[in-house]
Formats: sequence, structure tokens, C-alpha cells
Amino acid sequence: MGNSTQQNNDKSFRFYTRLHLRVLTGLRASDITGFLRLLKTVSGSSIYYHTHHFLQQHQYLSPEPPNDFAHWITNALNEEVLGEKIASIDTVQYPSIRALRDKIILTMEDYVEKNPRARLRFASPDRAFHFIESVSFILPTPYLARTLSDFVEILKKVTPNSIYFHMFEARLRLDMETNDFSFWLGTSLFEKELAKEITSLDPYTFTMEALRKKLVGLAEERIKSVKDR
Amino acid sequence: MLRIDRYEPVVGKAAIDELKMLAGYLKGRAIQHINSTAMGGGVAEILSKITPLMQELGINAQWDIIKGTPDFFNVTKAIHNALHGKEVVITKEMWKVFNDVSRQNIREMNLYGEIMFIHDPQPIALIDRKSNAKNSKWIWRCHVDVSNPDEKAWQFLKQFIDRYDAAVFSSPHFAHRMKPRQVLISPSIDPFSDKNRELSQKEIDNVLNKYKIDPGKKPIVCQISRYDALKDPVGVIEAYKLVKRYVDCQLLLVGNRAADDPEADKIYAQVKEAAAGDPDINALMVEDIPAEINAFQRVSTVLVQKSIREGFALTVSEALWKAKPVVASAVGGIPLQIKHRYSGLLCHSVEGAAFAIKQLLNAPEYAETLGRNGREHIRQNFLLTRHLKEYMLLFLSLYDKDNVVTLA
Repeated sequence: MGNSTQQNNDKSFRFYTRLHLRVLTGLRASDITGFLRLLKTVSGSSIYYHTHHFLQQHQYLSPEPPNDFAHWITNALNEEVLGEKIASIDTVQYPSIRALRDKIILTMEDYVEKNPRARLRFASPDRAFHFIESVSFILPTPYLARTLSDFVEILKKVTPNSIYFHMFEARLRLDMETNDFSFWLGTSLFEKELAKEITSLDPYTFTMEALRKKLVGLAEERIKSVKDR
Repeated sequence: MLRIDRYEPVVGKAAIDELKMLAGYLKGRAIQHINSTAMGGGVAEILSKITPLMQELGINAQWDIIKGTPDFFNVTKAIHNALHGKEVVITKEMWKVFNDVSRQNIREMNLYGEIMFIHDPQPIALIDRKSNAKNSKWIWRCHVDVSNPDEKAWQFLKQFIDRYDAAVFSSPHFAHRMKPRQVLISPSIDPFSDKNRELSQKEIDNVLNKYKIDPGKKPIVCQISRYDALKDPVGVIEAYKLVKRYVDCQLLLVGNRAADDPEADKIYAQVKEAAAGDPDINALMVEDIPAEINAFQRVSTVLVQKSIREGFALTVSEALWKAKPVVASAVGGIPLQIKHRYSGLLCHSVEGAAFAIKQLLNAPEYAETLGRNGREHIRQNFLLTRHLKEYMLLFLSLYDKDNVVTLA
């Protein structure tokens, strides 16, 4: 789905939202070897789910819990060093799920090569890692922004799911280092500076509400500076 | 005022709008829920709430019940226990009873849903009617813990499950290799039910007086669960005794006697024996009165769920919804509800439980933070509105096998 879906012919911006349904794959791992094998073969949707769902499910927490992989490696396998390495992978740097998957695999393989005893760790049966996928439903909201002021007012009331869709998924969907908001602000409203400021945020380090506040703050500042001229 | 709008102050307007938007894609579609009982048990409770909400949103949702004989329900109870992994003998005659009653339902029931939503094993054989209604979609919703089922019982059910379009489970631990798409949908709590609604101080005081509980005396550590070895009430007493060496507190155990559980009296006797001589242990055998359970949870300082095995354990969601710090075993659906050290503390042993309880009693600010996070986690993920949303997404997923579905 390209940017054209949000950006209408009249240069207005349609807010969309994305909802998830979790699908069980029946695939599970109890040690690093089995985990790595599955990590290489599960769908991109599963990698996406385990590295992103906490953003929506724990959107009120700061600092946020690490991604599922890091959490399991730390807490079920007791490999804290590897868990920390996986948790600190800078997700925002990876423009695609494929690239993110490769980085996680590389980090794990490198660690296991240097620490072969890690292969001997087993999670108890009730703490096995279950691979889950996500089916996504993308739907338009009634909200349409034509100006920067519209944009701010809508931003204040849409669900975190909508902000999530336009900020996080856009990068992966567009395969570009930007997001829907910046793309529209830059190309339709010619708000290049504001677009750049939003692009340079690392959304993974905010709670969803804090991210909303930050976006609203940046846009309001811009509106004020235009008025003050 | 629509019933659904009552939830707006709890989950926000945007979340309710999202439900209404989603329902727009299912307008007029006939959904037929079928289970085995209209009253009693979690399945009937959730259907009694979700069905009217779906109707109000414009979905043609209906709920019907299969017919069964006492013998049939004895067999399905045995199947239920076998799915839980208990050693149960199901004889040829018992399977015959199941098949005979199923066939009668298959012949006589009026099945009209475009989407047939079949709950639990009792009506599972209705899938035989699928061939008569080729355009209908069939979902099997499993509310039972099938993480470690008796293989014979599971294989018997699997011949039916494999013919459904989708199967729904409550925890990732319950997933199996099977033909239909397996969807994970957790159960939920209703913030307006008697078990979860806000209580007046008078209502709380009435419960305290009735059971002679004094929360002002010492902090209360509490587990609310039926007296069942799998809930490990004796383990809770052992953990409390370890805590008590360092922190003065009282232990409240609240449980009921499930009608179909002959073991309850034996376990209760063990609890009484383990508690003997300590005036700060109060082990109550109570009726299952939701508002009273609510009050017990609200007066507790720390709530414990030290189960050895669990299905989903909605008691954890109930406790977190009251912003209580919770210590619970990492079994069944509990890790979905508690992210360790963020929204509660998980444990794996008596000693682990004791250590966690001590931490929470000694650090009330930390306990408060966990409770606050826990309540938000439940608000976002375990309320009835989320359940309703996921059921609607499930219906939509039946018509599109892709992992990304764009709705115009």
C-alpha cells in the first residue's frame, strides 16, 4: 500500500488505522538452535509481530518492555547478554523486516559462535517461545486533514493505532526513511522543516501517547511561528 | 444511549468509533453462536454480553443452544477433563452417546448463520452440516486449556476441527498443528459487571463485616481461587509464612466449592491444617458472589495467583483492573496479562512467590506503579471491547487469506 492512499488528489491527508488479529503458527522453540532455525523460516509477518506488537500492547509504558525475542532470551533462557544485544538493536535503522530479521540472526549467530555453551540452555516447556503472526486490517477513518491546523486537531483525537500506522508502518511499507506524516507535510503543504523534524524522531523510544504529544507539540510550534511572523 | 457507548469513558471515544467503523463492514451479516448452555460458566457469560453488543452495532448476531441429555453432558465433561490432560476413561459407549446426541442436533437444529461460531467441544460435530451450506464459514472457539490434552480425546475432536475454517484459542500454549487458521483471542472482563464495577464504601464494609476482616490491622495478602490442588493454596500459605518472618501481614484465602469437584473438601482440609495456629490466616469457603469477590480484591494489599496450571486466569485481569499489585505463576494465560516487573511480578516457586510478595509489601510505591501499569494494560488489552473488536476482525479474516487486508 503506497502513500497515495493517504494523500488524496486534492492534496488532503486521510488518516487510516490498522488493527491486528493474532494468528498462531503452532511453531515453538525451547533452545537457541531451534529458535534460530525457526527465525530464518517464519513469515515476515511473524518477525514484524514479535518486534512491534509491544508498542501497541504496552503503549502506556516507559521505558517500554523489550521486543519478544529479547524478553524470551533474557527471561526464559537466562542469556542476559544476548537478550540485551537483541533488545538494543536499533529497529528504526532497518528499512525492511527482511533487514531486521537478518540483523537479529547475525547477532545471535555471532553470539553463539563466541559463547557455544549458550546452545545448552533450555527453556522449561511452559516457557517455550511460540511464534505468532499478525493479520493486519487497514481501514480509513473519517478524518481528513487539509491544513496544518486540521492535522493537529485530528492528531489529538485519533487512536494510537492510527498514529502507529502512519509513523511506524509507513517506513516499512514505503521502504523509505520517512513516514506518512512527513511525506505529506513535505510534499503537499511544503512544510519541509517540520517534515524533517518528524522524520528525525526515533518513534521506538516513545510511548504512543508521548509520541502523540511530541507530534502535536512540533506542529503547534510551527503554527505559532507562522502566526508570529 | 447505546450500551456500547457506556464503554466510551473507559476506553475512549476513538476506540468506540473504531468498533463502529469495523462493524460497518459486517452490517447485516448473520452470525450464529452455538454453545451448550444459556447460563452458568464463562462462555455463556461472555455470549450474553457480546451478542447484544454485536446486534446493536448492526450485525445480525444470534445465539442458540444445542440439546443434550444428562448422559451426553457427562461424556462432554469427561472430554473436557481429558482435554485438560486429566486421566479419564472414555468408553466406546460414551463415544456412542456423544455421536448419537450430536447426530440428533445435526438433524434438528436450525442453522442459518453465514458465519457459524461454534463454542467448545459439545456442539463441535455440527460441522457435518457445512456441506449443506457451502457458502457459510465455520469457526470453532476453544475455551479450554488444550496445551497438554489426552491424545485419544484430542484426535477424536481433531477430525472435526480440521473441517472448520478457523479455530480460536485463548493462549499461544494451546496451539497445535492443524488445518484451519488458528487465531489467538484472549478472554476479557467487563468493567461494568458486579465483579469489576466500582463499589461504594458501604458495599465493601458490608463484606468486611460479614466475614470479620479488618484491613486496618495488617496488610492483606490474598488469593481468590477455588480450593483445588492446581491453584496451590497450601503453597500460598507456605509463601506467606516465609514473608511473615520479615513483614507482618495477614493472609486471606477465598475460595468456593465447585459443584463438580469432589476434591475441594480434601484440599480445604489441607489448607485448614496448614493454617492451624496462625490467627492471621483467614481461609474462607464462600459462595461465588461476584460483588463480594470484587470487595475482597479491593481491600487487599497484594493479590496472589500461585497456580500450578491455568487456563487463562481472568482473576489476574480482575485484580489488575483494580490497580492491585499482583504476584502470579508464569503459567497458562498469566504471562499475557503480566509483563514481569512492568505490570506485576511472575514467579515459579513458593520461594519466588514469597520474595515477590515481600518486595511489594516493602516497596509500596513500586507496588503502586505495577498496579497502575497493570490497570492500563487491562484497559488496552483485556476488556470486553477488545474482545468484540477481535471477534469482528476474525469474521472479516474468513473472507481473505492474506496477511494484510485493506478495507475500503
